[in-house]
Amino acid sequence: MTVAALTDLPLWPPINLDRDPLVPLDAGERRRFAGPVTRVRLPTDATAWLVTRHADVRQMLRHPGFSADLTRPGFPLLRRIPPGAFGDRRGGFIRMDGVEHTRLRRMLTAEFMIRNVRRIEPLIRQTVDRALDGLHAAGPPADLVTHVALPVPSMVICHLLGVPYADHDFFQERSRTLIDRDAPPERVQRHVRELRDYLHRLVEAKVATGERADDLLSRLARDRVDTGELALDELVGMAVLLLIAGHETTANMIGLSTLLLLRHPARYAALRDDTGHAEGLVDELLRYLSIVRTGLPRLATEDVEIGGRLIRAGEGAIAVLSLANRDRTAFDRPDEFDPYRAAQQHVAFGFGVHQCIGQPLARAELRIALVELARRFPRLRPAATAGRLPTRDSSVVYGLDALPVTW
Amino acid sequence: MSGAVRVRVDRDRCCGAGNCVVTAPEVFDQDDADGLVLLRRAEPPADAADRVRLAVELCPAGAISVAPRPVPERSSTS
Repeated sequence: MTVAALTDLPLWPPINLDRDPLVPLDAGERRRFAGPVTRVRLPTDATAWLVTRHADVRQMLRHPGFSADLTRPGFPLLRRIPPGAFGDRRGGFIRMDGVEHTRLRRMLTAEFMIRNVRRIEPLIRQTVDRALDGLHAAGPPADLVTHVALPVPSMVICHLLGVPYADHDFFQERSRTLIDRDAPPERVQRHVRELRDYLHRLVEAKVATGERADDLLSRLARDRVDTGELALDELVGMAVLLLIAGHETTANMIGLSTLLLLRHPARYAALRDDTGHAEGLVDELLRYLSIVRTGLPRLATEDVEIGGRLIRAGEGAIAVLSLANRDRTAFDRPDEFDPYRAAQQHVAFGFGVHQCIGQPLARAELRIALVELARRFPRLRPAATAGRLPTRDSSVVYGLDALPVTW
Repeated sequence: MSGAVRVRVDRDRCCGAGNCVVTAPEVFDQDDADGLVLLRRAEPPADAADRVRLAVELCPAGAISVAPRPVPERSSTS
């Protein structure tokens, strides 16, 4: 493709500050990217194929001919930062393929299995209760993001991993840098190093002490590092990944979900009276809000036909989860928020072997937080704000920076 | 769609996402040791067949398959 043609291609991700926070892409953008497979220009001036249909996204993310390893030449990066800036990549299995990925992921699958997440539901409930006490004490009005959406998942993942919650300002600021597409490279480099050093010291202390506490990182230290199966630096990389994934995603879902429910007061009230339905509601929220809005980038390592288009080995492709979740061939009236639809087929957690390992935890946190919020604050409504709500437009994980509420 | 099915799971492919356990808990389980899929019943009751098919659809790793359950036949036809 010639350079002249490159500038004619639409830019992905599109820059648009006028969009409502609940709308992943507006009508014009959807027409531009409806493809179903569209060639786009990335901020790096590379090109990639945008894959938007539900069936195509599933096929692509499950296909072994697509790599998640962003150090491969030609990988469709969404920001102008050389992958080397992220430093030591050991343990970061979200960016690995095949057996390398399987080996590390499988050390964690038992930790996040349904049964174990059910076991910690009382802890989640307790954490939510405390956060709601905090919200109550702070207002009205008060910021739901500061008092509930951020601290709940952060406290839970700290407890699970064995990371002191007292350090949350430190790791929250750094993890946010890592997923901010606009963060300058030097800042990314410094923050990733500081986060790794912090978790290195923590994990080293867990390995050094003979006594093993009952938390995930201590268990991995005992069962995998002590036995020589896992290097200390790999455990550090896994800890970085789990800490970031464990609080950024759920926090943003809680904030956006609350905004959506407050715009549908009957749905919000129903949460209190019909808690049995909360699980279905959570899947519909995940589908409708699709917070990983820039999509999942992959590099084709062989020629693969997706949606009638031949994607050649060496070309980049991006699976747009938010559009797949609004595909009318998969969901009736996809732009309607309908908590009573069967939404389980959404791809908000991704698809293929990289699908979110923490999804049972995320679902439980979201369900408990929203049900308890509706119970304790039946008269909750958005507080008046000057201008638009602050949103995370440059983050890989979309969300609200604040949600002022009153009751 | 209903009808008797026989379920197979491939633990080598399984990535432990747990969708099957949520969808059809009487058919699928997760191993305490590694979190990977365990089959509770290879021949689930007919009323679970639709949920088993949904579990096949939802499995991100393609680790579950179903086939129509063979109708018991006389040994001479086998």
